[in-house]
Amino acid sequence: MRNAPTETGPFWPRDLDWHPKALTPGYKTSVLRSPQKALLSLPNTLGEINGPLFGHNMIGEFDNDLLINFARPGETAIGERIIVHGYILDEHAKPVSNTLLEVWQPNAGGRYRHVKDGYAAAIDPNFGGFGRTLTDDDGYFAFRTIKPGPYPWPNNQNDWRPSHIHFSVFGPGFAQRLISQLYFEGDPHIALCPIVNTIKDPQAIDQLTAKLDMDNTIPMDARAYRFDIVLRGRRSTLFENRMEGN
Amino acid sequence: MRRFTDRLKETPSQTAGPYVHIGTTPGFIGIGGVYPADHGAVMVNESARGERITITGSIFDGAGAPLRDALLEIWQADANGLFNSRSERRGTADPGFSGWGRQPVDLETGIYRFETIKPGRVPYPDGRLQAPHVMFWIVARGINIGLHTRMYFGDEEAANAEDPVLARIEHKMRLPTLVAAADVSTYTFDIHLQGEKETVFFDI
Repeated sequence: MRNAPTETGPFWPRDLDWHPKALTPGYKTSVLRSPQKALLSLPNTLGEINGPLFGHNMIGEFDNDLLINFARPGETAIGERIIVHGYILDEHAKPVSNTLLEVWQPNAGGRYRHVKDGYAAAIDPNFGGFGRTLTDDDGYFAFRTIKPGPYPWPNNQNDWRPSHIHFSVFGPGFAQRLISQLYFEGDPHIALCPIVNTIKDPQAIDQLTAKLDMDNTIPMDARAYRFDIVLRGRRSTLFENRMEGN
Repeated sequence: MRRFTDRLKETPSQTAGPYVHIGTTPGFIGIGGVYPADHGAVMVNESARGERITITGSIFDGAGAPLRDALLEIWQADANGLFNSRSERRGTADPGFSGWGRQPVDLETGIYRFETIKPGRVPYPDGRLQAPHVMFWIVARGINIGLHTRMYFGDEEAANAEDPVLARIEHKMRLPTLVAAADVSTYTFDIHLQGEKETVFFDI
């Protein structure tokens, strides 16, 4: 596995019924921001098959530790201490190694560190709300943070976002580029949220729901949540001479 | 034997939301001290080969208003048509050029700007040469899944006329939505999410 050759084939097409549609009127902002004409389907060219390179030298020692990466020395962010961890795989369950995962979130009170966020909840001086990591050879990643708080947002008159962590993943091909959101098992706001409900299939929503993982919880310290991410996989070329076959 | 039905489902997309900068370009909104620089802000170094160019423009919604919370990423070949990528088998790309850039639109004006180089031509799967182009990926609040499009160069008329991707566009009156207006070394590429001038977006 470690020495598997870099794959260069085209990707399986996206299942656009599994993803949210562009136009989802329950999420009002999509109404004027959704293309109305059909997408033009293209075979993958070299540009879609290839993707940017990121090296381990770009990652700082505490980039994946949101508890401390913005905190004053000796202090930590306020909130429920959690570890979020899992694997990034492709559709064939192959690990996606050395790929960049970026995360961002509000603090424990549901407030983002952003010039445009004016929610009444207080800023936590020890919490920046973002981090990044590269997956290892097995596609594994982990980061430590605080559980983000729910917050209200202007859509209908009383909409609240479930606790969530935004994430961005690359994969080795530009066609795999993905941004999505991680939710937490058991949150009653998941079923109520117009953004979550842009996704129609309950199994797809479940795929975005991190599961409490007591086996990897650190006693007396931090609870663990398990979250795996699946990126598009590549077709293998028929008759291509490869040990792993088709 | 690997079969179609063995596949896992891809993780579904959700909107990047209005605060995408926190995780992707924290320096842009004044959050320093964690990352040394915003990733993807610089694509070229002094040794990069090729013609330096600027790509700029706005993204307009269906009411004609510019998006002020969008994030764009571009990905392109180097001046010789090679990608700086692990999967590039045709040769070694220019080490002075990353090929990948990321820029938010301005929070007030909605204008984006990339400093890059003009890409070389890259073959289509059947061997024909594509015209020089830059791949775009756009995310924002209200966009449920990132939008893929391509920018072609207004001063490459001959190459554009034989480009295999542009040739697939049935409604030729939509071709100009993918072609940036050239003014010396600055190319203006506006993206329209809806309406008469709706940009051609791709399912890749």
